[in-house]
Amino acid sequence: MPARPTLDESEQIAPAATTDAAPLAFPEDDVVFRVESVSCYYGSFRAVRDVSLEVPRNRITALIGPSGSGKSTLLRSFNRMNDLIETARLEGRILYHGVDLHADGVDPVEVRRRIGMVFQKPNPFPKSIYDNVAFGPRIAGYRGDMDALVERSLTRAALWDEVKDKLRAPGTTLSGGQQQRLCIARAIAVEPDVILMDEPASALDPIATLRIEELMHELKENYTILIVTHNMQQAARASDYTAFLSMGEDRAGYLVEMAPTERLFTSPQHRLTEDYITGRFG
Amino acid sequence: MTAIPSHSPRLSVDDLRGSSARRRRELFVRIAFMAAASLSIVISLLIILSLAGEAWNFISQVDLPLLLERGWFPRRDLFGIPTIVAGTLVVAGIGMLVATPLGLGAAIYLSEYASPRARRVIKPVLEVLAGIPSVVLGYFALQVISPVVVDQACPGITEQFNLAAAGIGVGVLITPLVASVAEDAMYAVPRSLREAAYGLGAQRRTTSLRVVFPAAISGIVAALILGLSRGIGETMVVSIAAGATGGSLFSVNPCAPGQTMTAAMTALATGSDQVRGATLAFPSLFFVGMLLFVFTLALNLFADRFVRRVRVRY
Ligand SMILES: Nc1ncnc2c1ncn2[C@@H]1O[C@H](COP(=O)(O)OP(=O)(O)OP(=O)(O)O)[C@@H](O)[C@H]1O
Ligand SMILES: [Mg+2]
Repeated sequence: MPARPTLDESEQIAPAATTDAAPLAFPEDDVVFRVESVSCYYGSFRAVRDVSLEVPRNRITALIGPSGSGKSTLLRSFNRMNDLIETARLEGRILYHGVDLHADGVDPVEVRRRIGMVFQKPNPFPKSIYDNVAFGPRIAGYRGDMDALVERSLTRAALWDEVKDKLRAPGTTLSGGQQQRLCIARAIAVEPDVILMDEPASALDPIATLRIEELMHELKENYTILIVTHNMQQAARASDYTAFLSMGEDRAGYLVEMAPTERLFTSPQHRLTEDYITGRFG
Repeated sequence: MTAIPSHSPRLSVDDLRGSSARRRRELFVRIAFMAAASLSIVISLLIILSLAGEAWNFISQVDLPLLLERGWFPRRDLFGIPTIVAGTLVVAGIGMLVATPLGLGAAIYLSEYASPRARRVIKPVLEVLAGIPSVVLGYFALQVISPVVVDQACPGITEQFNLAAAGIGVGVLITPLVASVAEDAMYAVPRSLREAAYGLGAQRRTTSLRVVFPAAISGIVAALILGLSRGIGETMVVSIAAGATGGSLFSVNPCAPGQTMTAAMTALATGSDQVRGATLAFPSLFFVGMLLFVFTLALNLFADRFVRRVRVRY
């Protein structure tokens, strides 16, 4: 096999464009997730149909698509969050650094420590700001300097200055945008490898949204980020790669195309994508 | 058919007054409902007044230091309140020792672990358990709990009637109540909090004990206080199993018979050997009843206070 080039900040690997949803391929070492023909079911209802794609390391990958196209379902499969839903089932494979996440013997608890999640609605625990951030490290048995870890996480989540004088106040007393940054701090306190974000800014005002986007940009230095968003501008502004999902006749979501964000927005390969990003659909 | 006027007609108030019969009916219904609401308040007040009247009657005649004596023998004018308060606390305490782990355990299981199908089966069973008449549980305590359970725990026990059997019986009685109120509180904790915990790599145990349980703490405390309040007021189980006769020596030994406030009241008022004549035994019942009332009222107020203080908004 020829040596594959590694990814650096300046270049984006552009695969040969084909008419079909040709999977974007990255150098082997840079692939965090490889999704192979994944279908997701709720009972007998298929919510996601036959999705294959790759997610590169230290990049922001956005999932966009109309409501109901299975973005959240797909995202929640990456850290086995769907295990919590009784009827949910998955076909195909999601390889995480080469390991099938749904293989026998893989513990979802272990998976979720490496692959953190930020939800659409800020959901701080009804505990103090400090305890919110310290929760993950504590349950993981962290032995180091907790105060330092809390400070570091809050700083990285761009919240430290606003809360450093009231770490004992309940996290629920913060504003919506601050709560969401607290949730991000909480997620990065366990030092995950990947952060999944499901419409993290949809409940926030434009200023708070921009802060979250800036934050994502800083975070990608250390983390791989996968974000679901409804906001075209956000995807265009904040992400490096974008995957567009659509919904078929059977109401199952499927991948239309995935490309470097700039290319997807300037020269989409599919009519559906073009209609969607120009607002003619969905 | 009326012709549609070409200009907007002038209205007078009378046009909009509506039918007076309808207004009268409305007024009548309103008064009927108000009467029902006030009646329940009036009845409660009457109960308190009748309690207070006789209790005062008792207090004003009794030799007050006698109330702090040990031993409850009302027919011999010995009204040692500490005796029956101690008996009540022992029984309610043992009841809570049983009901807290069982009730909260069941609540956590139902809310966090049980599959929907298991929930569908177990919840109704709990409700059936809650519906067992306390008199049945009383005999169960006497015939099963006492010889089988208490006999093991109390070496050399000779009494089949004892506070422990009654306490365990009371515990069984209030377990479904504790479980059901606590379960409601935990089940109501938003799913998003559980997802937050699982998303951080928490196990089910951690999620239930460190996220859901604290988030539901106000409801859980309410469940426990309700259970305690019910345990203090429970009468039948205690009358049957605690060895309540007309009188009792002061005792906090769970392995021995004892007297609770409730059982003291029924013991005096049932059977052919009723209290009569000039003794203070009869009014003493009302005093004890008043005490019970104050106890449970205080507990409920405390519960309310506490619940409000620790309540967290999600
Ligand atoms: N817990 C569930 N049980 C059954 N069906 C579900 C469940 N969650 C989602 N679905 C269905 O799966 C499909 C995809 O839902 P999903 O939430 O993944 O869409 P989405 O792309 O995230 O939509 P949105 O943009 O509105 O968040 C929908 O048809 C939805 O009704
Ligand atoms: Mg969604």
